[in-house]
Amino acid sequence: MNFIPPDLAPASSEIFMLIMVCVVMLADLAAGESRRHVAYLLTQITLLGCAILTFVSFSTESTLTFHGMFVDDSMADILKLMVYGTVSAVLVYSHSYISDRGMLKGEFFSLILFATLGMMVMISASHFMTLYIGLELLSLSLYALVALRRDSLMATEAAMKFFVLGALASGFLLYGMSMVYGATGTLHVSQVAQIIQSGASSKEVLVVGLVFIVAGIAFKLSAAPFHMWAPDVYQGAPTAVTLFIGSAPKLAAFGFVMRLLVEGMGEMVTDWQGMLVILAVLSMAVGNIAAIAQTNIKRMLAYSTISHMGFLLLGFISADTNGYSSALFYVIAYVLMTLGIFAMIMLLCRSGFEAENIEDFKGLNKRNSWYAFITLLLMLSLTGIPPMIGFYAKFAVLQAVVNAGYVWLAVVAVLFSLIGAFYYLRIIKLMYFDDPETAEPIVSNSDVRILLSANGFAVLALGIFPQALMGLSLYAIQNSM
Amino acid sequence: MSFEFPLLSLIIWLPIVFGVAVFATGDDRNAQLARWIALIGSILGFLVAIPLYTNFDSATGAMQFLENHIWFERFNVNYHIGVDGISMPLILLNCFITPLVVVAGWEVIKERVSQYMGAFLVMSGIVNGVFSSLDAILFYVFWEASLIPMFLIIGIWGGPNRVYAAIKFFLYTLLGSLLMLIAFIYLYHASEGSFSIEDYHKLAIPMTPQILIFIAFLLAFAVKVPMWPVHTWLPDAHVEAPTGGSVVLAAILLKLGGYGFLRFSLPIAPDASHYLAEMMIVLSLIAVVYIGLIALMQADMKKLIAYSSVAHMGFVTLGFFLLNAYGIEGAMVQMISHGFISGAMFLCVGVLYDRLHSRQIADYGGVVNKMPVFAAFFMLFAMANAGLPGTSGFVGEFMVIMGAIKVNFWYAFLAATTLIFGAAYTLWMYKRVIFGAVASPAVESLQDISKREFGLLAILAISVLWIGIYPFPLTEVMHATVDQLLTHVSNSKL
Repeated sequence: MNFIPPDLAPASSEIFMLIMVCVVMLADLAAGESRRHVAYLLTQITLLGCAILTFVSFSTESTLTFHGMFVDDSMADILKLMVYGTVSAVLVYSHSYISDRGMLKGEFFSLILFATLGMMVMISASHFMTLYIGLELLSLSLYALVALRRDSLMATEAAMKFFVLGALASGFLLYGMSMVYGATGTLHVSQVAQIIQSGASSKEVLVVGLVFIVAGIAFKLSAAPFHMWAPDVYQGAPTAVTLFIGSAPKLAAFGFVMRLLVEGMGEMVTDWQGMLVILAVLSMAVGNIAAIAQTNIKRMLAYSTISHMGFLLLGFISADTNGYSSALFYVIAYVLMTLGIFAMIMLLCRSGFEAENIEDFKGLNKRNSWYAFITLLLMLSLTGIPPMIGFYAKFAVLQAVVNAGYVWLAVVAVLFSLIGAFYYLRIIKLMYFDDPETAEPIVSNSDVRILLSANGFAVLALGIFPQALMGLSLYAIQNSM
Repeated sequence: MSFEFPLLSLIIWLPIVFGVAVFATGDDRNAQLARWIALIGSILGFLVAIPLYTNFDSATGAMQFLENHIWFERFNVNYHIGVDGISMPLILLNCFITPLVVVAGWEVIKERVSQYMGAFLVMSGIVNGVFSSLDAILFYVFWEASLIPMFLIIGIWGGPNRVYAAIKFFLYTLLGSLLMLIAFIYLYHASEGSFSIEDYHKLAIPMTPQILIFIAFLLAFAVKVPMWPVHTWLPDAHVEAPTGGSVVLAAILLKLGGYGFLRFSLPIAPDASHYLAEMMIVLSLIAVVYIGLIALMQADMKKLIAYSSVAHMGFVTLGFFLLNAYGIEGAMVQMISHGFISGAMFLCVGVLYDRLHSRQIADYGGVVNKMPVFAAFFMLFAMANAGLPGTSGFVGEFMVIMGAIKVNFWYAFLAATTLIFGAAYTLWMYKRVIFGAVASPAVESLQDISKREFGLLAILAISVLWIGIYPFPLTEVMHATVDQLLTHVSNSKL
């Protein structure tokens, strides 16, 4: 048996990332307590390096390597670039938050980088095992990140819930994959698709497998009725970690769904379409209605995430390029908004004070009208009011749904987003209509200030000129299908 | 006829740019600067709108001052704007009201002046955008965006119950417009990838979808007009809004709904419009009669005027769905005239409120003894509100009643009762507030209107009388468009 070494070039950024994670860990050990920022800078350099590697080797057609287990195509590269940008922004936003709370340690950075590596593997997987390995690398890093503040009762409880439910979901997913393997005899995404198409596999076994796979996906996406972990984890985790969980992994999850459902099991579209409809409607209902009752802002945003994931799933329902690109646009818009709003929450935190309740936004307009304006843009965008980007995201998804003939689903979706408008408006109300309870000034570093302003402004500017991002989403999907 | 100069874009974006400049003046240390920039911006906004009238070709019903650029290709959405005889007068009305609102808030607004003035300017530009959009998504973006400044205006500078009113206003209008969005998306697919409103006008649609589209539009526009029974947000919003907010709300924002019927419901779903016309007429008549009776019972002046707005806007929707030239033109005149009159009425209440901080009719009495000049102006506007011949209020109502009598005598009969109810609630309020003995020491201390207030009311008084006596310049520009619309609506699209 002769061994053919795999072509390493398509995976260059993953390899670079793996090396750098080790470097960051060792450098942090060597640097000692006084020079913690070394790890921070190295992490940012790593992300930049990965971005350059991915950008330079940008692939316009898909290349398989590692015996067809790993794929590099336009969608993967675009998603990865988005992930680097998001993670980098997360680090900028959370830097002063974690250093105030004694979490500025090497573990934080290496765990984040491991999670990022997991996302990259998920995005580029073309084999069910690769997908699973990427997912587990991401999930295990996230469990550890949530538990990073180990003396906090809330955080450990959240980590425990996250771990148990996450493990359950992984079990579901593996079980589903084993069914697919049983039916088709292969785990390669493209071969699975071929065999399903040829009709040589047992339909019954496949459908059972599909049910488990969809359930696993719903767990990871925090779509109802598999959403229970999300509010507790969002609330219990340190805000910096919540920001991370809520942002970049959603991009990876999009890639995950694309590889698994669309590329692998695209032939069974009529089977998973119905399941996604139920998940989407339930998510929008549970998310939007439960969010109204929340007083904790992180919990509220968790429910808001659930409802947005419902909207995201709508994009997949139409099962065509139009729908997938709309879903990609939606997830990018969503990540942009989530970054901004969690950054704003961290900004309101001071040392010794956690901004946790929606009441903490009271009178923000009087304390700092610029930040209030940024939050206003973000909230309106989450509501889906034009000219913010959130509107175009909803619009793109809705038109795909109507195009697929599900007009009633579009009506249900807008009615739930009307309910959603209420709790976003409540934040605006607190900021603009109420008086502040504290006169303490909002202190921030200039890098956070600039990035946050740019972030809020992007929500508006990308809404006024949405063509570039829409075009990019369409290109990513068209070029990879 | 094409104009090289992007006049319409200027009319839309100039107030918005000035609004941003006003925001940029920052906190209240620069309040005076913010006021002046706002005033200059709003007056410039009106001046640049004048060529729209002088260069308007009233012989044609086609769109004029067209501009068409690609906005985003992905969904074939264009920055496509233009005006016809329906939208042009409304844009002028909007540009005319904005400086008045800025002046009305000149001394009264002391907190966060730059945000207040800026919000009005931005809203003025957005509303111009709504009236001139010829692309459904562009229209929708402007339409929804107009909610944001009004929401903040009510919520920040409003009365004690402002939060409730602001959120109710927002959610109510959002409900309607979201379904309109679905209708647009449906039409986009039905027309095979176009968001052009003019394409929708030509599009043949079967009856059932037509009715559904009509209902989706109806929800959006009926909430905005507002028609009975979805009018309940309006009295709340009006009562809690600051004076400027009430003026813009009544004079401009309600017209968005009326405009929507003419631009979307009638031409896109003509068969459904005919089919459902009776229902619409009945709803309008309920607004005219029943809301008129409710207005009679109000103890709060602003609430009374708010209900009278609903009744008057009932006339507008009544006129539209009579589907004849008198009805539609009368309704258009009524929209413009209601813009002047309701604006003036709210300003008058604002004048009293700034002095006594009460809107209750019972707190006043004998104001004429202390404020004779004000009493005279208020008298004129009250008469116009009641539809006295010689004022603009009469022209529109008379034309609509003429249109109604052609369709059905009883429609006209019920519509005409407004002349009685309108007179009753307006004049009765006027009598209780203005005449009689001086009611309290507070009234005793009243000062007559300042030069600023005099100027505001005088400009509105001239407008009201001008349209009342010589409406021809107004009706002239809309003839061709209304004729074309009627011809279009009478052709079935099935």
